[in-house]
Amino acid sequence: MKFLQQLRLGFRSLLLHKLRSALAVLGILIGVTAVIWLVAMGEGVSYQAQQQIKDLGATSIIVRSIKPAEESSRSDSNARMGISYGLLREDFERIVTNVPTIGRAVPMREISREVRHREQFIDGMVIACTPEYFGMNRLKIARGRAISEIDMTSYANVVVLAHEAAVKLFPIEDPLGRAGQIGQEFYVNVGIAAERSAAAAIGGSLDARQYDRDVYIPLTTFRARIGDRVFTSRAGSFQLETVELTQITAVVDDMKEVDATADIIRALLQRYHKVVDYAVVVPKELLEQAETMRAMFNVLLLLIAGISLLVGGIGIMNIMLATVTERTREIGIRRALGATKGEIVQQFLWETVVLSGTGGLLGVLFGFLCGPTVNGVRFGVRASLPEVWAALPPNIRNLEPRLAPWSIIAAFAISVGVGIVFGIYPARRAANMDPIEALRHE
Amino acid sequence: MPPKQALTPNAGPPPRDVVAAIRGVSKVYSLGGHEVKALDNVSIEFRQGDYVAIMGSSGSGKSTLLNVLGCLDRPTTGQYYLAGQDVAVMDDETLSRIRGRYLGFIFQSYNLIQQLSVVENIEVPLSYQRPPMPGGRERCLKLAELVGLSKRLGHRPTELSGGQQQRVAIARALVNNPHVILADEPTGNLDTATSHEIMDLLDALNKAGRTIVMVTHENDIAERARRIVRLRDGRIESVAEVRREALPAGG
Repeated sequence: MKFLQQLRLGFRSLLLHKLRSALAVLGILIGVTAVIWLVAMGEGVSYQAQQQIKDLGATSIIVRSIKPAEESSRSDSNARMGISYGLLREDFERIVTNVPTIGRAVPMREISREVRHREQFIDGMVIACTPEYFGMNRLKIARGRAISEIDMTSYANVVVLAHEAAVKLFPIEDPLGRAGQIGQEFYVNVGIAAERSAAAAIGGSLDARQYDRDVYIPLTTFRARIGDRVFTSRAGSFQLETVELTQITAVVDDMKEVDATADIIRALLQRYHKVVDYAVVVPKELLEQAETMRAMFNVLLLLIAGISLLVGGIGIMNIMLATVTERTREIGIRRALGATKGEIVQQFLWETVVLSGTGGLLGVLFGFLCGPTVNGVRFGVRASLPEVWAALPPNIRNLEPRLAPWSIIAAFAISVGVGIVFGIYPARRAANMDPIEALRHE
Repeated sequence: MPPKQALTPNAGPPPRDVVAAIRGVSKVYSLGGHEVKALDNVSIEFRQGDYVAIMGSSGSGKSTLLNVLGCLDRPTTGQYYLAGQDVAVMDDETLSRIRGRYLGFIFQSYNLIQQLSVVENIEVPLSYQRPPMPGGRERCLKLAELVGLSKRLGHRPTELSGGQQQRVAIARALVNNPHVILADEPTGNLDTATSHEIMDLLDALNKAGRTIVMVTHENDIAERARRIVRLRDGRIESVAEVRREALPAGG
């Protein structure tokens, strides 16, 4: 009852100066909304990253070939011969035969090559893989079929196109059954992969990579038709590189064995490689890193949000100081009629809490609008600025803000706290007025 | 501070029927280095049902005396007995409670709280009663009726005339059932006709047993009281009983 009375009194006093109170409320509202939105965006981004890492598989270990620095290259620095580095087919055999915890392992070779069909061409990524690759990467086939064992054993010139590659190369015709050209060779198109969102790169960073321009051919065919030695152009000059495998993906049966298995693979590779021309990436570790990143990100966001709430609090203090000066007479009257200093402090604290609490509540309401707002902006950009939309990185295009319940509670609690902290000084100033002086105040 | 006992030979709690008594009260202000004696050894007693007008020119100390009586200011020396307790030595919080429980204030400029309605203004002293007074709202309504404002309970002070505002203030001064009502120039801002209405109301309250202490500088207002205390330079110059017969019948 007392509580409700105080609340009502606070509201009515604030309604005396509607614009002023509204501005103070706005300050807090923006702060609270900022907290909720920023946290929701951060959660959305980190959720996306985590999903991507999970897509790689928490039980998988990825070994990538890495081109070593020039001077430490494995070759005898014969420029004509080029350099050779990276994972060998032997490494694959060794890993499969020597590491018992590995359930299955898939070798893969990739190079970027121009893929053409008549006048259409794309700078695609040629992925040479085994049939297991599709299952392991959860790559779905929309039409046609995937690479098969028969393709492998018969060195078939067949290709599976990723969604966008198919659209770009075959704008009119049905790509299935038609041939595309990689280098000098023709490959018959046997399947089209389903659309796939960008995922964390398998190279070990968390950068998203587009899968939509990949073309998949059998690993055996790659070796026979293209070979290990390939010319790559870098910074204008051509270089001959010999690489047997670009990547080996190993899947461990038991999640608990992942770290130990990764250590065994590292040790195994270390024995046979003089220079470190490979990297062992454990998505599980990435997941843990992402977790740490998220925590750091949240701290940063809270800092920003905290600053905006601080600014809101200063606004409230400013307004309350003006209010106290203006209502000096009222304070004198109340003191004469029996109010103690404590009761005056209470009265003005209630007013600031009503101000900041209203701001907090409205801020929470606006906080809930985060998702719809993001969707609205997304729709607007896509409809009115398609070029801008296309240029946006996919993890921004697909960003879904995720409201964090803790951020809503925290934001509201902090706003009320801000009201109390910034209300204490004006309230004390009101209470410490001499009642006689206050009554004389015009 | 020297012991109060030494300065006030007739110390000790006053008899029962004395609701308020100041004894040997002095109030010294230091203004710009030299001391100003606003009150100089003043002693007065107010009995139950008393009606006292305090008069004096400006600077005579009547405002200071009212502030001391209203527990808004503490005397430098001397004692002030209110409801049997020496309030001159009490701390700020206790003084606030004493004001709320034993005193009613009527001001020259009404001093209503602008954002509150008539009935809420009357209610203000009740919100500072510890423990809370039972039957608060009904009491307020009754008092509003007593001062003739029962039809304007929801009005804001700005929607009322000066006389009506002062009636609200009177109701507010009565709501805590005070031992003493202190009125500071209660008609100072009112025209003659309204002044007489307000004074008639105060007279009626006094007849009903209320103790009223009123500061005024108008003789005809002061003569409504039973006693007139004149102050000069911080001292009591004279205390005079008012002979009712001298007043024209009907006021």
